[in-house]
Amino acid sequence: MIENKKAHKFGMVIDLDKCTGCGACMVSCMAENNVPFKEDESNKKDSITWMRVYRLTNGKSFPETQIAYIPRPCQHCGGIGDHGHSPCVSVCPATATDYGYDTGIVSQIYTRCFGCRYCMGACPYHARYFNWWDPKWPEGMENYLSPNVSPRMRGVVEKCSFCYHRYQLAREQAIVEDREIEEMEYQTACTTACPAGAIVFGDLNNPAHKVHQIVKPDPHPDPLNHKVVGKSRNPKVFRLLERLGTNTKVYYMSDREWVRKAGDNYLKGEWENVKTHHGASSSHG
Amino acid sequence: MDDALIPEGAKRCGFPTFMIGIVIVGAVLLWGVYAMFLCWFKGLNQTNMNDYYGFALWIWADLAVIAVGGGAFFTGLLKYIFKVDELKNIINFAVIIGFICYSSALLILAIDIGQPLRGWFIFWHANVHSMLTEVAFCLSCYFAVLTIEFIPNILENRQANKVPFFHHLAHNMHGVMAVFAATGAFLSFFHQGSLGGVAGVMFGRPFAYREGLLIWPWTFFLFTWSAAAFGPCFTLLVTKITEIITGKKLVGDKTVHLLAKISGWMITTYIIAKIIDTIYWAWVTVPSMGFKLSHFYSNNGFYGYWILITEVILCGVVPGLLLINKSTRENPATRTIAIILGVIGVCLNRWVMVLQIMAVPVMSFDTWALYIPSWQEVATTILPVAYGIILIAVAYRYLPVFPQELELNKSADAAAQN
Amino acid sequence: MFPFCFEWAWDIGHAIFFGGFWYAISILGAGMTYCVLKAAYDTVNDKGGSHH
Repeated sequence: MIENKKAHKFGMVIDLDKCTGCGACMVSCMAENNVPFKEDESNKKDSITWMRVYRLTNGKSFPETQIAYIPRPCQHCGGIGDHGHSPCVSVCPATATDYGYDTGIVSQIYTRCFGCRYCMGACPYHARYFNWWDPKWPEGMENYLSPNVSPRMRGVVEKCSFCYHRYQLAREQAIVEDREIEEMEYQTACTTACPAGAIVFGDLNNPAHKVHQIVKPDPHPDPLNHKVVGKSRNPKVFRLLERLGTNTKVYYMSDREWVRKAGDNYLKGEWENVKTHHGASSSHG
Repeated sequence: MDDALIPEGAKRCGFPTFMIGIVIVGAVLLWGVYAMFLCWFKGLNQTNMNDYYGFALWIWADLAVIAVGGGAFFTGLLKYIFKVDELKNIINFAVIIGFICYSSALLILAIDIGQPLRGWFIFWHANVHSMLTEVAFCLSCYFAVLTIEFIPNILENRQANKVPFFHHLAHNMHGVMAVFAATGAFLSFFHQGSLGGVAGVMFGRPFAYREGLLIWPWTFFLFTWSAAAFGPCFTLLVTKITEIITGKKLVGDKTVHLLAKISGWMITTYIIAKIIDTIYWAWVTVPSMGFKLSHFYSNNGFYGYWILITEVILCGVVPGLLLINKSTRENPATRTIAIILGVIGVCLNRWVMVLQIMAVPVMSFDTWALYIPSWQEVATTILPVAYGIILIAVAYRYLPVFPQELELNKSADAAAQN
Repeated sequence: MFPFCFEWAWDIGHAIFFGGFWYAISILGAGMTYCVLKAAYDTVNDKGGSHH
């Protein structure tokens, strides 16, 4: 069924100028995906937040201070050259995390994971979380868990799945009705929860989808860095740590130059040279 | 009391003294075992690891013991394949040390994984493209090799050797040991290298990432090389400690000097390669990812350039030079300093390639993550040391580990008897 | 690990990796089998005696 159709490449673009840092995406993600929590969540380094909002400042003092919030789900990397060898997928010894060539989604198979945490070491975004404790919910709250998402056991790694269960439901419906899935049929929980409408989710391969129209991904390798594929041709759009060649499917957008610059690491003077470079076909795109 | 088990003609301390020592070390061992069970039954929340620091103290210990345990495969390779016959005087001990190191490494891995009962998935559901898969396969196979290499020595125990079958088995195993040693060298080459590859392939972590040859990053070759270089240092160090504790000379100077010389040349060549690798990484690889070298060594309370200089110069170049120079190599004091520095150097390298990787921020808005292990981690990391001491004590007491022991201590024994 | 595990692929990566693995295992297994059988044979025939 799937193989007869053109592969999807699901991704999102987050407008950082719209994001207020309210955290609704984080909450909806936790509720949707049965993410357990601790009694004391003050130590953020061992609590599970598939979607985590980072706070950035431009480092300037008042009155020039500016704040930006960066929501960070799993970036669903395509790896160097976008061949599906994500930093985490390529290192998992037990094939417990896999790259979906039909969706571009990086999966996590909880019952296969034996908890070596090599994937966590390989991920520069800290998007992967380990279950240090048995999952527990307050009395009665188990009744509110989503039946579509399996809870995870202690000792395994978990992460954002782009609400894959929602894709499965939409796909089943589409198959029954013998048609393609519509853009709005498959949307992640964070996208639907964002009150500012900062997150746009869809198929990066489908020119009819809004995410494609905003990002305008360049299908050719970046002439300045051949590891990079899918660079945005929109001058306002960037990806996190793009230069490493992780080829993420989560794009960010901002009018503010300092925010775009914070997305990656640059040596002195480099930013000035690359800030106007937007992919191979940008000159005629 | 246990005289019948002690090798013929060998002098050992009284059984009560021996047992007192075993009980003291055994208490430490039990402490480690207690911590181990805490981790197994209560989970890894017993450690201070977190989602930033997924690899912790004992994974460093794991890599370090494998590195220093490299003395077993390299000495075996030299003895059985390159026919350096002089090393027969230390090969048994090198094998025992290797056996301890590798059994400890496997135990640490069993504690480290979040779902120990699923440990076999790494074999069953193997992802052959993962360096860790290669480590697991080769490590387990090589542990089998070390066990095979250790068995003849066990069977040479005075009582076991009286059983005709055991006697013949030990004899026959000696006969084909070259085949096992060659297999061990093959497996070691790959798992030592893969441990380096574990770090080197992480292209999302500029501090770890290295370019390389085909599928192997340069760290692959550097790890194999350093294990072969520094492993013999550890063998010599443990021999020295055993000699101090037993108050006896156990390995002849000729053997020690030879192994120290080989180690010295291996260290020197390794450290040249390491320096080239570091320079290329610092000047080419890292800037291409948008980082300056100083990013990895500043803005935090612990990791500074000191760690790089200590590893490469003080614990790399210095021991290498001390061991290739005849006069410093044959001087017991400078030789001992060199092998201690060497062992520290390789352990520091493994520390950097495991823990510093986790500590360095990659995203521009991320922060350094420093980490202090919990007592459970410390206890489980000390556990292999206690286990190693006990195993060496038992092996030394009951097995003919050192072929030169009687010869080297003849005059001392005679003097004691008069 | 085995061709009937679904991760298995008949590709060059699996051929090299598991080729090396099964080769090493075979050598160790064959070597030990030889030693044990020869020791049993020697014991029965008491070749070389038990006191040399």
